[in-house]
Amino acid sequence: MNLKTLATAAMVTVMGTSPVLADLVFPSLSYRTGPFAAGGIPFADGYADYFTLLNERDGGIGGVPVQVPECETGYNTEKGVECYESTKGLGSLVYQPLSTGITYQLIPKASADGIPIHSMGYGRTSAANGKVFEWVFNYPGTYWDGAAVMVQHAKDQSGGSLEGKSIALLYHNSAYGKEPIRTLEELAKVEGYNLTLIAVDSPGQEQKSQWLQIRRERPDYVFFWGWGVMNQVAVQEAANIRFPMENFIGVWWSGSENDVLPAGAGADNYKSLAMHNTGSDFPIYADIQEYVVDKGLAAGAGDQIGTVLYSRGLYAAMLAAEAAKTAQEIHGVADITAAQMRDGMEALEITEAKMEALGLPNFGPEFSVSCANHSGPGLAAIQQWDADSETWTIITDFMAADRTVIQPLIEEDSKAYADEAGITPRDC
Amino acid sequence: MFYREAGDFKTSYAADGQTFPIAFDRWRYMIVVAIGFLAIPLFITEYMANAVLIPFLIWSVIAIGLNILTGYCGQVSLGTGGFMAVGAYACYKFMTGLDVWYVSACEGGANLFFLCTGVATYSVLFELPEFNIAFSVLMGGLTTAAVGLLFGLPSLRIKGFYLAVATLAAQFFLVWLFNKWSWAYNYSASGQINAPTRELLGFEITGPTATAEVKYLFCLTILFLMAWLARNLTRGRLGRSWMAIRDMDIAAEIIGVNPLKAKLSAFAVSSFFVGVGGALFFSVYLGAVEVGEAFGIQKSFLALFMIIIGGLGSIFGSFAGAAFIVLMPVLLKNIMVGGFGWPTDIAAHFEFIILGGLIIFFLIVEPHGLAALWRTLKEKLRLWPFPH
Repeated sequence: MNLKTLATAAMVTVMGTSPVLADLVFPSLSYRTGPFAAGGIPFADGYADYFTLLNERDGGIGGVPVQVPECETGYNTEKGVECYESTKGLGSLVYQPLSTGITYQLIPKASADGIPIHSMGYGRTSAANGKVFEWVFNYPGTYWDGAAVMVQHAKDQSGGSLEGKSIALLYHNSAYGKEPIRTLEELAKVEGYNLTLIAVDSPGQEQKSQWLQIRRERPDYVFFWGWGVMNQVAVQEAANIRFPMENFIGVWWSGSENDVLPAGAGADNYKSLAMHNTGSDFPIYADIQEYVVDKGLAAGAGDQIGTVLYSRGLYAAMLAAEAAKTAQEIHGVADITAAQMRDGMEALEITEAKMEALGLPNFGPEFSVSCANHSGPGLAAIQQWDADSETWTIITDFMAADRTVIQPLIEEDSKAYADEAGITPRDC
Repeated sequence: MFYREAGDFKTSYAADGQTFPIAFDRWRYMIVVAIGFLAIPLFITEYMANAVLIPFLIWSVIAIGLNILTGYCGQVSLGTGGFMAVGAYACYKFMTGLDVWYVSACEGGANLFFLCTGVATYSVLFELPEFNIAFSVLMGGLTTAAVGLLFGLPSLRIKGFYLAVATLAAQFFLVWLFNKWSWAYNYSASGQINAPTRELLGFEITGPTATAEVKYLFCLTILFLMAWLARNLTRGRLGRSWMAIRDMDIAAEIIGVNPLKAKLSAFAVSSFFVGVGGALFFSVYLGAVEVGEAFGIQKSFLALFMIIIGGLGSIFGSFAGAAFIVLMPVLLKNIMVGGFGWPTDIAAHFEFIILGGLIIFFLIVEPHGLAALWRTLKEKLRLWPFPH
């Protein structure tokens, strides 16, 4: 007991040092350590660098400087709680936890505290229903959209029909990996393919038995829901059993350079979903070089610029900044609150002209968010890896998922949440 | 000067046999309890509660539970994480209304009430009302006690490392079970369980709007009762039979201790504690859990480290170990990131190094844990300022 009192007393003194800020605060719950660090580092760097750029070049958003306090979660929910509690008092505007587990954790808490969550292409899919999930956003697309786009692409590849084909879903055995199962099962009824579910336990360094099963059953397609170290292992194993890589399609979290480079030439033609473009040949990178890198302000080691997940962090920060601008316009104040930020996110509209003005032409799809639909239209493209030139290339247009199957699932799951949490859906 | 028994006369057996026979120690204990119940709730913040104190209180319950099994009865267990999961899921089922299903129609197969070999239609056999949160936590503990009893059976035949491996099987089996068995998570699409808002005496205990004070007091009350129970169990006949088994099981059997009763009761009581801890861990602390992440093997190791660092066979050791493992990382993080402004990844790596270094340091300086260090300190304080 004495140790406890001592430690808590010390903590009070330490905690007392955090300053009170009048800036726009975008906390970054990052993970630069642990089995998922390979994905966490570039995302966190991109997120921080974009805001640094805004501060250095434009003096913040609408003239108000931006703060990005970082907190290490290690992809661990308990540390995620600690990070949320330690940063929410700073006037945080939006949380992007980059972890489905932590997102589930924060949905009720942040909703009660009135702070929006943007789980960009992860988290709880049914949060797309803005009537129930007032404070949670997952634009530009959800896992269920992603799964539907993957099925669509597989269908296009097999000549317009998946009748009698077999698809194996190799997934991270957690809430994250289980998300697409319902959609793929429903689509199996419509499209007539056979679905095999193959789980990989976290962190997924050991997948021999799963790939033995794939080798034995020879599915026509393997869909893949992995993250962190699990991705590299899966791509390597697929190359080892000489699985046709063009039929191996990962979700957008399984398609970065980190995942394919270790397998070398074996990873050639591997595909994944893409929610945005990638590469460093966008005009914005000149500004990042000038205002961030050359000034020595780049986050982390500064060696991730231009990679897929760096671009994703950049994209997340860009969407957050645009939502903040929208909120400033709606409410006519520069120093917005979390509730005003939420209004900005709900009224967010991303157009080609806007992206071009930001130095990101053709970077992502055009979409708009509404009160009832917090996920946008659910657009995604397919990108393919070229092992010779070591680049990802987008090979399809941004496709909209067929929401006729997905929308009832969203309604059903969000209704279940509303019943459980005692929420009366808003009128939109 | 402190902890002196001189002049502290006892006139009854009850007074002589009380938990804290030394008056100074008794007062110290009462002051700590008073601070815990009366002073801390007055100035507790959400950060202090949710990130520091509540996890400490819950881990203390769990550490006491494991200490009963490993420290007092000498049975090594690596199944703590799995037993926490049982407590959490049982609590969830009871707080959302436990439902039992049966096969109402079975086409093209044999029907065995719960089992159908053909195409089955299920109906609800009965559905319990939603339990009050205190009872849900209690039921979580009791369910875990039953499960622990079952996994304790091998302890009658195997010992030491081999038993550790058998309990490791429990860990993996239980995590697999709660990942696979959709009934356990009410058929949710993601396999996550969420604690809905539940009240006790009009105060919200679980859910996002529960206040820090209420959650803290709820956990503290449970910890207080559990620690009281553990202290008195281990002082009594049952505790002595556990310790006899721990010290030498054959000798214990010869002098009349029934190893079946002693070992199984240790498993049941220990699992009850761990189950209650797991239920609180899910419902009050995290609010939403996923079994693989929240109750994985690392939780079993964490609990084992707590009691080894704190001190095997000591209630105070359980508290000290839980405090060390839970509070130290938060403290280090706040000093390095909040105080010195270091990058978060460097701080996280230093955290591992410092924590590991401290564990080695303490184990070298005092192999019997922080509790033994505390005992030595007490002895020194007793003679201070005139050591002879």
